Amino acid sequence: MELLGLLSDGFLVAFEPLNLGLIVLGVVVGLFVGAMPGLGSVNGVAILLPMTFLVPPTSAIMFLAALYYGAMYGGAISSITLGIPGASTAVATTFDGRPLAMQGEADKALIAAALASFAGGTISIVLFTLFAPPLASIALDFGDPEIFALMILAFATFVGLSGDDIAKTIFSICIGMVMSAIGFDIISGEPRLVLFDLIGFQSKINFLVLAIGIYGIGEMMWTIEVSRGDTMMTKVTVSVERVLSNLKIIWGTWKAWLMGSFLGFFVGILPAAGATPGSLMAYGVAKMTSREPQKFGKGAVDGVVAPEAANNAASTGSMLPMLTLGIPGSPTTAVLLGGMVIWGLQPGPRLFVTETEFVWGLIASLYAANLFAVIINIAFIPLFLWFLRTPFTILAPLIFVLSMVGGFAATERMFDVWLMLILGVGGYLMRKLDYPVAPAVLAIVLGPIAEPALRQSLLISSGDVMVFFNRPIAGPITIIALVLLFLPALQVLWRRVRGKRPVEG
Amino acid sequence: MRRAEIITALLMAGLSLYLMFKSAELPIGWIPGEGPGGGFWPFWLAAIMFGSTIWVMVNWYRRTSPPSQSEDPYLDAYGLKMFILVGGGITGMIALVEIIGMHLAVAVFLIYYIRFLGGHSWKVTLGVSLPSPVVTFLFFDIALRKFLPTGFMDPLYIPLYDFFL
Repeated sequence: MELLGLLSDGFLVAFEPLNLGLIVLGVVVGLFVGAMPGLGSVNGVAILLPMTFLVPPTSAIMFLAALYYGAMYGGAISSITLGIPGASTAVATTFDGRPLAMQGEADKALIAAALASFAGGTISIVLFTLFAPPLASIALDFGDPEIFALMILAFATFVGLSGDDIAKTIFSICIGMVMSAIGFDIISGEPRLVLFDLIGFQSKINFLVLAIGIYGIGEMMWTIEVSRGDTMMTKVTVSVERVLSNLKIIWGTWKAWLMGSFLGFFVGILPAAGATPGSLMAYGVAKMTSREPQKFGKGAVDGVVAPEAANNAASTGSMLPMLTLGIPGSPTTAVLLGGMVIWGLQPGPRLFVTETEFVWGLIASLYAANLFAVIINIAFIPLFLWFLRTPFTILAPLIFVLSMVGGFAATERMFDVWLMLILGVGGYLMRKLDYPVAPAVLAIVLGPIAEPALRQSLLISSGDVMVFFNRPIAGPITIIALVLLFLPALQVLWRRVRGKRPVEG
Repeated sequence: MRRAEIITALLMAGLSLYLMFKSAELPIGWIPGEGPGGGFWPFWLAAIMFGSTIWVMVNWYRRTSPPSQSEDPYLDAYGLKMFILVGGGITGMIALVEIIGMHLAVAVFLIYYIRFLGGHSWKVTLGVSLPSPVVTFLFFDIALRKFLPTGFMDPLYIPLYDFFL
């Protein structure tokens, strides 16, 4: 009952006129951002975060969370009509969304995607509401060893589960952490890593400099190079009658969206996983469990519904560790977490005790954002299709401009704007060689939390690393992290052992 | 692609060594009563970075990573042209900020990109680029009170600040 009381207080905050207006605005911006090929929630959140300094933190996070949500809905629009995923989270939606559109049923696919997103969103927010308070209360007892063990776990998931080149993933994590150490030693206050003795490096590198550089400049350059301006939009017929008749789809596909929602939520909690693998896994499971798996890839509605439910559920799932443990579950939540620090909040479980209005306002706003997203999405499909025709040669320079101005507004230093350009271009060049960029963004946010946790832990244990193994909570977390770290090596070993086994029979 | 892979790995190995060297300006070992020194954390992270670049080089030698197997050019003709025109354009915009201020640099960049790279009509180009200094001024300088650099145009802005603030 206490939960319902807190939630209803949250709704009172979310329904304040300013907050409600920002939720609607966030959803609309998110739908557009998600729909544009090459732009995803993380780009939108990173580029627009500096604009939120205008409003109080609670309103700011509601706007950005609504944007995150809207982008998950929006991704499907371009996947279906252009055949290009609006964001990586909507890749799986193209598999059956595009064939449906080619068969003249784009409206059916768009509505199925919107309704599945709504189902995924709703189920995951209910799960979030139920899981978050107990997890936060457990996490309240966490000391430095537990916090550091969680950090290791977060990064181990990248090594063990992301599927990227392991050496390059480790490099990306470490360079992000080192960047967060530039400026001065947080414990002694001494200047540290003042690179090339430049004055600009005498203070910390704001995480937004890296996030906007990577997601505002680097990723735009990547999209310009990869897309080469070739897109072909399928014709979409939308009418009120067709919308109403298509609304029934949701009943026939309940298995797919229910499975997608649960799978997406739990996969979303893992830092390296998130919405992209969540939606791909949901697609795979939907195909595997379908009575008509041969229809997948040729225009199966279940093939649109499962990944769309999963990517929305995963976006909520990734907020669970962000809010309760202070560890982001995705690059987007990493940026949100960095934003919380800028707004003067201390991320972690104590938020549930000290900032109840903020936490429950945010949770309530997710319910509202989900509802607005489905209504706005279905009602304004023609508007989004019109917007998708905006040439990239107009949109890209506007994004570059927003990145530069927003990057400056965040720190008010031209040095950081230059650094943002260097990191953005560097990130783009490295990405071409399969260096993953997301771990570096997570690392620059988590670095300032991980370092004091490690140093304090070692101090209390007099330098004994067993402190991460012999405590009841830190121990299992560290062991799981180590297993994940060595998972790729174990897999190679397993394959070799199996390969050597003599063929039976 | 193969050559770019090894050159990048060598450059990153160099960067890692430099970061290790810079970290070692503070104590990297144990200080009695204080725990690990200030350079401990970045030093060992940079050491792991260095180790991972060696790993990348080994993979390059054994041709086990996709870029080390690829004979495709790292940047083809289109990629290189895009890199110079877009990357150069953004660099030019940031350099212009120091001279004519951010508001006007934004407008110049938009004209450059939309008209000359995008090939759009002057109507579209000016329709997007001309309002941009006004919008950035009203949003950042006035609403957010984040004063954007004005370069040598500073005297022009004083009456505007007087009027709005």
